[in-house]
Amino acid sequence: MQNTLLTIVLLPLLGSVLAGLFGNKIGRKGAHLVTIFGVGVSCALSMQIMWGFIDGQFTSFNISIYQWATLGDLTLEVGFLLDALSATMLCVVTFVSLMVHIYTIGYMSDDPGYQRFFSYISLFTFSMLVLVLSNNFLQLFFGWEAVGVVSYLLIGFWYKKDSAVFANLKAFLVNRVGDFGFLIGIAAVLFYFNSLDYQTVFNAAPQFVELEHKIDIGFGEWSAITFICIALFIGAMGKSAQVPLHVWLPDSMEGPTPISALIHAATMVTAGVFMVSRMSPLFEFSDTALSFVLIIGAITALFMGILGIVQNDIKRVIAYSTLSQLGYMVAALGASAYAASIFHLMTHAFFKALLFLAAGSVIIGMHHIQDIRYMGNIRKYMPITFITSLIGTLALVGFPFFSGFYSKDAIIESVKFSNIIGSDFAYYSLLIGVFVTSLYSFRLLFLVFFSQERMTESTRRHLQESPKVVWVPLVMLAIPSIAIAWFSTDAMLFGTFFDNVIFVKPEHPALAMFSREFTNVWDFALHGFQTLPVWLVILGAVIAYVFFVLKPHWSKRLSESLSGVYNLLVNHYYFDAFNQKVLVAIGLLAGNGLWKISDQKLIDGVMVNGSAKAIGFFAGIVRHIQTGNMYHYVLFMMVGLISLLSWLVWTFVG
Amino acid sequence: MIALSDYLFVAALLFAIGIVGVMINRKNVITLLMSIELMLLAVNLNFIAFSRYLNDIHGQIFVFFILTVAAAEAAIGLAILVAIFRNRRTIEVESLNELKG
Repeated sequence: MQNTLLTIVLLPLLGSVLAGLFGNKIGRKGAHLVTIFGVGVSCALSMQIMWGFIDGQFTSFNISIYQWATLGDLTLEVGFLLDALSATMLCVVTFVSLMVHIYTIGYMSDDPGYQRFFSYISLFTFSMLVLVLSNNFLQLFFGWEAVGVVSYLLIGFWYKKDSAVFANLKAFLVNRVGDFGFLIGIAAVLFYFNSLDYQTVFNAAPQFVELEHKIDIGFGEWSAITFICIALFIGAMGKSAQVPLHVWLPDSMEGPTPISALIHAATMVTAGVFMVSRMSPLFEFSDTALSFVLIIGAITALFMGILGIVQNDIKRVIAYSTLSQLGYMVAALGASAYAASIFHLMTHAFFKALLFLAAGSVIIGMHHIQDIRYMGNIRKYMPITFITSLIGTLALVGFPFFSGFYSKDAIIESVKFSNIIGSDFAYYSLLIGVFVTSLYSFRLLFLVFFSQERMTESTRRHLQESPKVVWVPLVMLAIPSIAIAWFSTDAMLFGTFFDNVIFVKPEHPALAMFSREFTNVWDFALHGFQTLPVWLVILGAVIAYVFFVLKPHWSKRLSESLSGVYNLLVNHYYFDAFNQKVLVAIGLLAGNGLWKISDQKLIDGVMVNGSAKAIGFFAGIVRHIQTGNMYHYVLFMMVGLISLLSWLVWTFVG
Repeated sequence: MIALSDYLFVAALLFAIGIVGVMINRKNVITLLMSIELMLLAVNLNFIAFSRYLNDIHGQIFVFFILTVAAAEAAIGLAILVAIFRNRRTIEVESLNELKG
């Protein structure tokens, strides 16, 4: 088992090193073969492990394979923790990554940085696998940061584009803010539990909570467990792009499309959700932290979804939809429905990767035009892309029988049954969010694949279905987008699949209450037609059809009559403006101040040059004594000699 | 009989004249050399006076050595002086201030 896990983790790294360092030697074909081979083998082994868990022949497996350092009582180790949760993540990450690898052959075919790109995405997969499989906080942090670094490299892949460089810097800096919280959380865990090992910390958590430690952080006393959980969650807010640390994610669209799919579906943004699920034995003990998580998630789910309605860039619409869906996952975490959250993470990974790759396929067909105002009626030219997009959209909005329906409905129902502070607000936010999701998703679908053809004549003439390497991954992703939930809902949501992995206190029975109503997958979906969310989806679709296909001028008139709201949305609630004008300005001011005053004046001016100048000044005075005339030297010698002698005589006589 | 202190007094006087000669002389390097010689002789005089007074012949022998060395030193000093004159066309002490800071 240990060797299998090592193979899963290290093969993508090997592929990355080969493609990155020897890219010129092995050529384009070599680069994609070696990385796809690595990720493919990882994926196959992950599937095998997953099968073992479904079968029940594997139980969780925890081993430390390498001791990195010892500091007093603390050992820093590298290890693997394999259980139902990490096995699920392994499958999702490697499968989506494999699809993205294959797709990249087509998407990046004439890019000069072909080998570099393959190297990066393999490295990305490796980082995520390390994160998912870790059995201690340190390794988790390593994976966490490695994912951050590679996302920086990937978002800025086209490094000659100014906007890409700006976007990757933004992603990196915003993530630093989150990571700061995360690091403080880990430090607090180490401080209170004196260990970084998951199992040790989780086992000690119940007794620790009974001791009711308090921590004073300047403004009032906090319970230590709440502090730890919120600090860790701030890290998750950065990686999983929750309000207000979400600003980097829409900008990450500057990277090539395959990487958008990889970041938004399987890796990076899911890290935060995964981490909180993994930490369920800690979060369960702090209702305050759970309320915080729930409210942040609900805000993100609703308000980021609304922004998707006014976007015109095909990838940005999907990016805002990712933000909104992440909000759903995080809200589920807050409602203690960890299983529902991971379940949504899984289904979302498939249909979001599908939507992104389909968008990429459209972009290839449109010769890198991304503005949906210049598309329209593409279904005639790209039928496979259209059908897969339709499947992805239906899964995203949560139409019954599609995988997204099961996971999203489970989340909404769990939040409804939740009894912690803020759950009512969250429930209504998520409910409206369903309508909003449907509205922007169908708007995108209609504007791209239906309505009039608005592209230029030359673009239209070249419009054709993308090559096989592009549409095969789409089909491969469309299948789980429809069907994955049919097989997994029973086990993951209501069964015992996550039983020993995710800890839920009996006081937080949201998911358990929901599961009592559940009979089987088909009835669940049929029952869906009697509930509000499905009708909200249909309403959203109808409104989108009326406003963007039947009467396009209505939407224009609406945006003009509500120009205040429209401007607010187009400017992303002024989050970016605020960051740029206030936070960045403060940062620049502080940086300039430190540079010009502290660095240039104090350190360079006073300390370095100042000491040199002081010596120079002193020497300038003293040098006048050295006249070069011998008689002066003799005079000094005599004065010295006489004073020395006088002193001697004085002491001997006195 | 001349007392020891008289000798020492004369020697001290000679030594002082030598020092002052070195210090106030601004013009001529030769005078400088002569002043140094004078200081050496003053010291020699002390040696001899003490040798006689203490009945110790070592002092007088030492004086011979000092005189020999002084002669050699004077020769070298004069040679340097000639070299200075050749280079600079002057032997003014005042103008020898190349090492001025």
